[in-house]
Amino acid sequence: MSGGGKKARGISQEGIVIAISAVIFLVFAVTQPVFRTPENILSLIQNVSILGILAVAMALTIIGRGIDLSLVAIMAVSAAWVLQLSNNGMPIGLACLIGLGLALLIGLVNGILIAYLEIPAIFATLAIATAAYGFVRSMLLEDNLIYLKAAQDTWFKVIGSGDVLGVPNPVILFAIVALVVHLFLKHAVKGRFLYAMGENPSAARITGLPNRPMVLLQYLLAAAIAFLAGLIMATSVDSIETRIARSTLVYDIILVVVIGGVGLAGGKGKVRNVIVGTLMIGILLNGMTILNTPYTIQNIIKSVILLAAIIVDSVMNPRDEQTSQQGDI
Amino acid sequence: MKHILKMATVAAALAAPAWAEKPDDGLVHESASAMEGKTVAYVPIAMGFDLTEAWASGLRKDAEAWGYNLTIRDPNWSVDAGAQALSQLITEKPDVIVVHPPEIQAYARLLKQAARAGIPVITMNLKASENTDYFIGADWYDIAVQQTEQLIEICGKSNGGSGQVAVIQGVLTNPTSQYGMMAIEATMAAHEGELEMVSNQAADWDASKAHAIATTVLKANPDLCGFAGMWDNMDVGIAAAIKEAGKQGDVHVVTSGGGNKDSACDNVENGNFDSYISYDAAGQARDLMMAVRAVLQNPPEEAAAHPVAVYTPLKTITKESLYPGACWSLDDLNTYGP
Repeated sequence: MSGGGKKARGISQEGIVIAISAVIFLVFAVTQPVFRTPENILSLIQNVSILGILAVAMALTIIGRGIDLSLVAIMAVSAAWVLQLSNNGMPIGLACLIGLGLALLIGLVNGILIAYLEIPAIFATLAIATAAYGFVRSMLLEDNLIYLKAAQDTWFKVIGSGDVLGVPNPVILFAIVALVVHLFLKHAVKGRFLYAMGENPSAARITGLPNRPMVLLQYLLAAAIAFLAGLIMATSVDSIETRIARSTLVYDIILVVVIGGVGLAGGKGKVRNVIVGTLMIGILLNGMTILNTPYTIQNIIKSVILLAAIIVDSVMNPRDEQTSQQGDI
Repeated sequence: MKHILKMATVAAALAAPAWAEKPDDGLVHESASAMEGKTVAYVPIAMGFDLTEAWASGLRKDAEAWGYNLTIRDPNWSVDAGAQALSQLITEKPDVIVVHPPEIQAYARLLKQAARAGIPVITMNLKASENTDYFIGADWYDIAVQQTEQLIEICGKSNGGSGQVAVIQGVLTNPTSQYGMMAIEATMAAHEGELEMVSNQAADWDASKAHAIATTVLKANPDLCGFAGMWDNMDVGIAAAIKEAGKQGDVHVVTSGGGNKDSACDNVENGNFDSYISYDAAGQARDLMMAVRAVLQNPPEEAAAHPVAVYTPLKTITKESLYPGACWSLDDLNTYGP
C-alpha cells in the first residue's frame, strides 16, 4: 500500500510538479503585481475548483484500479435536471434530491457493469457516459442549455456563487470534498480496502475483502461528488450546458490526476497529489489570462509544461521491471 | 327522401369546387407541384439548441404544407460526422441541402463537390469560405461593429468612461470570432483613443470558461468598464462573474445571439446583459423557408454560380427597447410557426 505517488528513487513526481508550479508561481508573482494579491489567489483556486472536485472523484476510482469516464456526463445531466425540475415548479430541495438520485443511479449502473458483469471500467463508463447523456437529454430535458431561473433567489444559488469571509464557496466546497475523501482514504477501513484492491485485486479477494461491493461504492461516491460539482457549475454561471458531457473536460481531469502523481495502474496516490495537479493548472491558466497570452500560445505553453513534468519524471524515476506495471504511466 | 338526396348532391356539386379546386392565379398550382415530393436535407452543427431548432421548426412547417420531404442529419457537434453526412447526401442527391457549417474551412471542399454534383446549397448563419446558392444569416462583422460602437457609447473616454474593455471570443476558427475580431479592431482604430482592449481571450463557447476568464480579468483590471462577448449562451458566464464581483452596473456586457427569450430578453431584463444584438433566429427560419421554396421552384441551372446573400436584419435589445415581440420562444415557433 504505497501512498505517496511514484517514488522509485530521487524526487517523486509530485515533488517535481510542486517545484515546477513554484517556479511558475514566482515568475508570475514577480512580473505581475496583480497575480500575488490574496483576492487573485482565491479566484485562481475558485476557477479550478470544479476541475479539482471532479479530479478527486476520478482519483477515487483510479486508486481502486478503475476509471470513470462518465463523470462529466453525470455532472451535466443530473445538475441540468435539477434546474429543469425547479424551473417547472418543483421545490429546489426536492429537485436536488431527485437529481442526486439520478446521479447515484448512473453510478450504480457503472458499478454493476464493472463489478458484476466484469466489463473493463474504461469501456463501461465510456458507454454509460454516452448512454446517460443521450437518455437524459432526449427523455428528460427540454433543451441542451438549462438556465437557473426559479431557484435564482434561494439558498441554492449560494452553492456556487456566494462566499464566506471573502473565500468563494466553490473553494470551500473543494476543500471540504478533498478533506472528506482524504480522511476516507486514509482512515476509513473501506478507504484502506480501496488501496488494497487497486494494488492487487486478486490478493485482496483472497484475503477476504468484499471486492465487488467496494467497486459499487467507488462509483457511487464518484457519482455523488460529480453531482456536487454540477450544482457548483450551474449556480456559478446561472445555467448548465449539457453539451459539456461531450467535451474534452474528462481528459483534463485525468491529466490533473496523473500529473499530480496518482498512478493509473491503481493502488497509488493521495488526495494531496490531486490538489497539486489542480493548482498547477490553476496557476498556469490564471497567470496566462492576466498576461493576456493569446489562446493558441496558451495551449502550447500548457502542453509543453505538462510534457516537461512527465519527461522530468521519467528521467528522474526510470522504469524497471519492478516499477512498471500494465497501464502505468 | 329522394328530394333530400338530390338537394344534397346538388349542394355537394356546388360546394366541392370551392375548396377542392383553388382557382389558378397563374402560379399557385405550378409552385405547389414544383415543391411536392422534393427532398430537402438539413445538416446543422447539432440539433437541440435554439438556433437550429428554430430553423428546423420552419422547415417542418413548410414540408408539411407543401409536401416536400425533410431529412435532418444531426452530427451533434462533431465536425467529422457533419462532413460524413454531407458527403453521404451528395451521393443521395437531394433537391436542396441546408447546411450550418461549424467552421469557415471545414466543409469547403464538400460544398464545392455539392456544387459540381448540381445540388443547390443554402448556408445558414455561419459563412463558409465557399459560397453557395444562398447565405442566410448574421453579418458577424456588422454585429461586432455595433457592439464596439455601443461599448464606445458606454465606456468611451470622451463619454466619461475608463475606456478599458475586454473581449471574450468563442472558438477561434469560427466566423463569429474571425470577422468579429477584425471588426472590433477596425472600429477601435476608427475611434482612436476611446477604447483600450486590456484583455482578449477565448472561452470555447463554454460559460464556465468565460466565467473563469472574466473573474480573473476583473481582478486584474479594476477599472474595466465592459466586456464584448460573442454568444449569449457563453456570455451568461461573464455576467455571473460580474455579479459575483459585486460590479453589476459598473461593468457592462454587450453580447449577441439568436434572440431566444430565455437567453436574450430575460437576460437583458434581469441586468445580465446591457445590450444584446439579436440576429433573430425566428426571422431567419422564415427566410430559410422562403429560400427553400424559391430554390425548389426555380432550381439554379448551375449550382452556386450566382450566390444570393440574405443578411439578417439586426435588432438591438436593451432595457429601453424590450418590447413584447423583441424575442421569440421555441414553444411558440413550434406551435404557431415562424
